[in-house]
Amino acid sequence: MVRVVVNLPAAAKRGEIIEIKTLAAHPMETGFRSTQLGEPIPRDIISLFVCTYNGEEIFRAELHPAIAANPLIAFTTVASESGRIEFKWTGDNGYVATQSAAITVV
Amino acid sequence: MRVVFLALVFFPTVLFAAEIPLAQRRSGYEFMGRETRAMQDDDTTNPGMLWVLDGEALWNRKDGAGGLACAGCHGDARTSMKGVAARYPAFNSKLGRPINLNQRINACRSERQKAAPLAYESRDLLAITAYVTRQSRGVPIEIAIDERTKPFFDAGRDTFNRRQGQLNLACTQCHDDNWGKKLAGSTISQAHPTGYPIYRLEWQGLGSLQRRLRNCFIGVRAEPYPYGAQEFVNLELYLMWRARGMVLETPAVRP
Repeated sequence: MVRVVVNLPAAAKRGEIIEIKTLAAHPMETGFRSTQLGEPIPRDIISLFVCTYNGEEIFRAELHPAIAANPLIAFTTVASESGRIEFKWTGDNGYVATQSAAITVV
Repeated sequence: MRVVFLALVFFPTVLFAAEIPLAQRRSGYEFMGRETRAMQDDDTTNPGMLWVLDGEALWNRKDGAGGLACAGCHGDARTSMKGVAARYPAFNSKLGRPINLNQRINACRSERQKAAPLAYESRDLLAITAYVTRQSRGVPIEIAIDERTKPFFDAGRDTFNRRQGQLNLACTQCHDDNWGKKLAGSTISQAHPTGYPIYRLEWQGLGSLQRRLRNCFIGVRAEPYPYGAQEFVNLELYLMWRARGMVLETPAVRP
């Protein structure tokens, strides 16, 4: 089950700094561990997170092994105009998760 | 001289199983650092909520040969399940013994939904349990011991007070007598099960009270009971009674 949660204010004043918090359910398996029988556990991580605001990229993070499971990514942006903020996580084994939220700027 | 000698020999073997006075009880939350508390307090940063959301989806999904969803009988969990988790483990008259919430959910699955029981610690069982327990957040734990549950409760209390394992330690020695002190880098908590299933940072995932109990058993080099063992349910019953009146925080975050 691909499960992501994003949280940001539904409305903001123009020019206001808003905080965006995102959480993605993911094991973030490093690829450095092995099973009790010595078989290596293949890497399975989210490698890229991108946030766009009305189509323009405002935040990007490249993730690597040693990032905790269920990564929480929080950042800020300036509320410039009403529209949609979109989020996309991509990773190993074809993992893709998307989410979007509307924001009204007054 | 002999008296001193005898005192030295016998003193360490005496167990001071004094229960913590009700007013001095503190949830594990209060022993955590500021950042971990903040993580738990905000539903949008609490990773346990990922399981709660999955549990909500499972609650409404039809399953098994019965073609029933949990919601088919119980309706909206926000009203029907409020306060339920605060009363578990509860006595099951059909089985003649107390069962915990995991077992209650699996009993519902096999009797009503005609579905296969979910494995202990599986993502789905943790998710439904977290969703059901989440409805009791803020509700005080209410465990009543009566003549039917008394023998199981006593067995649980005995387990809590009995020295075991290669380290020959009882639960009470850390969690009643030495809470607030340090065990290596961590503060010893009072062991109140107020937030299960918990998101434990060490686990990088959600886990049940039994998983946590197994950690303590292994910690004192004792052989843990298997998941679902009656000994564990009895211990859960005692621990929940010990935390009676404290409010549930599920899903809690712990270090």
